[in-house]
Amino acid sequence: MKSLAVKNLKGKPVRTAVLILLSALLTAAVFGASVIVSSLRTGLGSLENRLGADIMVVPYEATTQKKFENIVLQGATGYFYMDNKRAEQVMQTEGIKQASAQYFLASTSSSCCSVAVQIIGFDPETDFTITPWVKKSYGSQLKKYDVVVGNDLNAFVGDSIQFFGVECHVAAKLERTGTSFDTAAFTNTETIKELINTSVVKKMNSVGDVDPDNAVSCLMINVAEGYTPEQVVNDINLHVKKVKAIRSEELISGVSQSLDGVCEVIGIMIAAVWLLGLVILILAFTMSINERRKEFAVLRVIGASRAGLAGIVLKEACLSCLLGSVVGAGIGLLVIIPFNGFIEQLMGLPFLLPGAGELVKYILAALALSVISGALAAAVSALRVSRIDTGVILRGDN
Amino acid sequence: MSLTAEGLTKEFIRETKNTNRFTAVDNVSLTLDSGELTVLMGRSGSGKTTLLNMLSGLLEPSSGRVSYDGRSLYEMSDKQLSRLRNKHFGVIPQGQTAIHSLSVMENIMLPFALYGEGGAEDESYARELMERLDILQLEGAKPAELSGGELRRMAIARAVIRKPPVIFADEPTGDLDDENTIAVFDFLKALAGEGAAVLVVTHENDAKPYADKLLTMSSGRLNECE
Ligand SMILES: Nc1ncnc2c1ncn2[C@@H]1O[C@H](COP(=O)(O)OP(=O)(O)OP(=O)(O)O)[C@@H](O)[C@H]1O
Ligand SMILES: [Mg+2]
Repeated sequence: MKSLAVKNLKGKPVRTAVLILLSALLTAAVFGASVIVSSLRTGLGSLENRLGADIMVVPYEATTQKKFENIVLQGATGYFYMDNKRAEQVMQTEGIKQASAQYFLASTSSSCCSVAVQIIGFDPETDFTITPWVKKSYGSQLKKYDVVVGNDLNAFVGDSIQFFGVECHVAAKLERTGTSFDTAAFTNTETIKELINTSVVKKMNSVGDVDPDNAVSCLMINVAEGYTPEQVVNDINLHVKKVKAIRSEELISGVSQSLDGVCEVIGIMIAAVWLLGLVILILAFTMSINERRKEFAVLRVIGASRAGLAGIVLKEACLSCLLGSVVGAGIGLLVIIPFNGFIEQLMGLPFLLPGAGELVKYILAALALSVISGALAAAVSALRVSRIDTGVILRGDN
Repeated sequence: MSLTAEGLTKEFIRETKNTNRFTAVDNVSLTLDSGELTVLMGRSGSGKTTLLNMLSGLLEPSSGRVSYDGRSLYEMSDKQLSRLRNKHFGVIPQGQTAIHSLSVMENIMLPFALYGEGGAEDESYARELMERLDILQLEGAKPAELSGGELRRMAIARAVIRKPPVIFADEPTGDLDDENTIAVFDFLKALAGEGAAVLVVTHENDAKPYADKLLTMSSGRLNECE
């Protein structure tokens, strides 16, 4: 009887193609959306893992920048500076266990890349946020003019790249993070200071009224035992002028809240698309079966049982939906994999594709969902076909 | 082998002057014996198709029973009855009954295909039947390409492909020319000669000479004419 279902599908290529296309779109939408949600969650996870500082201190004006969180958390391009004196003042605060300065510089004119590159300087002596992560790709100390590049930059170990005309040497390439860190470059303090100076001299950048030699962008702080981050944050904000201390959790929660929002929207969209698809599938099957009521009556005359008729309808539905969902999952992958950097930029959220094993799970789930939807949509028709009144249909229409 | 009906009655819901019931078949009893060709005649609307459907296990009677080799049809499960129809009853329904996605050959082999059966031997029997019905040249064609008469002959071949002991034909010559009408009656007569019980509903007076038994119906009642 399976062959009859197959022959019915082959016998009406247009109708079958429409069914397949329909379920392909349904699968592509559902599969694509769930991979996006999962990638966002993985991205956030990697962000949290890497953060490692309790408090961040930035110049007060920085907080008025729109993408300020993205600059600090994800390596988005942008910069702001405060005088080193302020940083030293901050470090006087009671309850600080570790503190390390970072320097940001946005380069729109690197020799390697068409995209803007965020250059992040850190002090290997005191750093505790970037080093653990860089260590995974690079074992030794960064020397002057050494840079470690993000995964998406078109530069490889051993290459040299120029920033503001200064020649640097690629010492390592980092693993993917799903954030703007993937298009960032990391250097030590010595290098970044020279780059900042050069950029100012070449009038390609401005540090405002801060002395370029003493400019610091951000201070990462870990709190000593016996103190809470809230206490230290309040203390800094109260006693040091022109800076703003923020708990990292607070920053992350901004990202994770907008992530929750996006996920919710996507979730609702998936449900809506699925429902709509289900309704269309129900209509499509009903039409396809109504057209063939007489053929089903004939099958009954030559000995098909009611269950057998329902089986044919369900098999037709499951087969076309299975085919459709394979096509749909393919489309989903083809869209998401090449465009994942674009999706990341579009949403401004960390976006890290799940691993191959995880993706296979999503594909299987999407296939199952599509076949189940098909069966569900066809169930109505199957029931009606199985109740078909042969006598009425085949009587006197000659 | 014999098929027996006792007190078969079928009522349909229909608003009339006195009642809301309409009796399409009224207390009909008959027996179909193997080797015999029975012809059933009657005016349009007299209940012939309704009777045939009840006899062939397709329409449950309002009262009465149909038994085949001692088993009551409508006491069986749907699965059992369907299988019985598949193997033992060959039905040629009124009207066009082709499955359009299948070729002529596949249509004819469908009673086998439905249960995943049928081999090369059965296919060669199918060709033999097509030969006898003069549609052999259409083996690979699709129903859409066939004339009404050719479709009808295809339906006949399909009904008898499993060599069923009982054959029901509802106006099998409705859209055939005189020559083919004679050929079809010859064919059905030959099947009866091979041992089948054949019931033919028809308007053709040409059928009378073929009848071992001639029945007429009017207003749901059966009259035996002999
Ligand atoms: N499902 C049904 N519901 C209501 N009335 C029905 C139904 N089936 C048959 N009838 C009625 O029963 C009567 C007999 O119908 P049937 O089809 O058996 O006639 P027939 O003798 O085969 O006619 P024809 O020679 O035109 O084929 C008709 O009046 C018909 O309207
Ligand atoms: Mg009739």
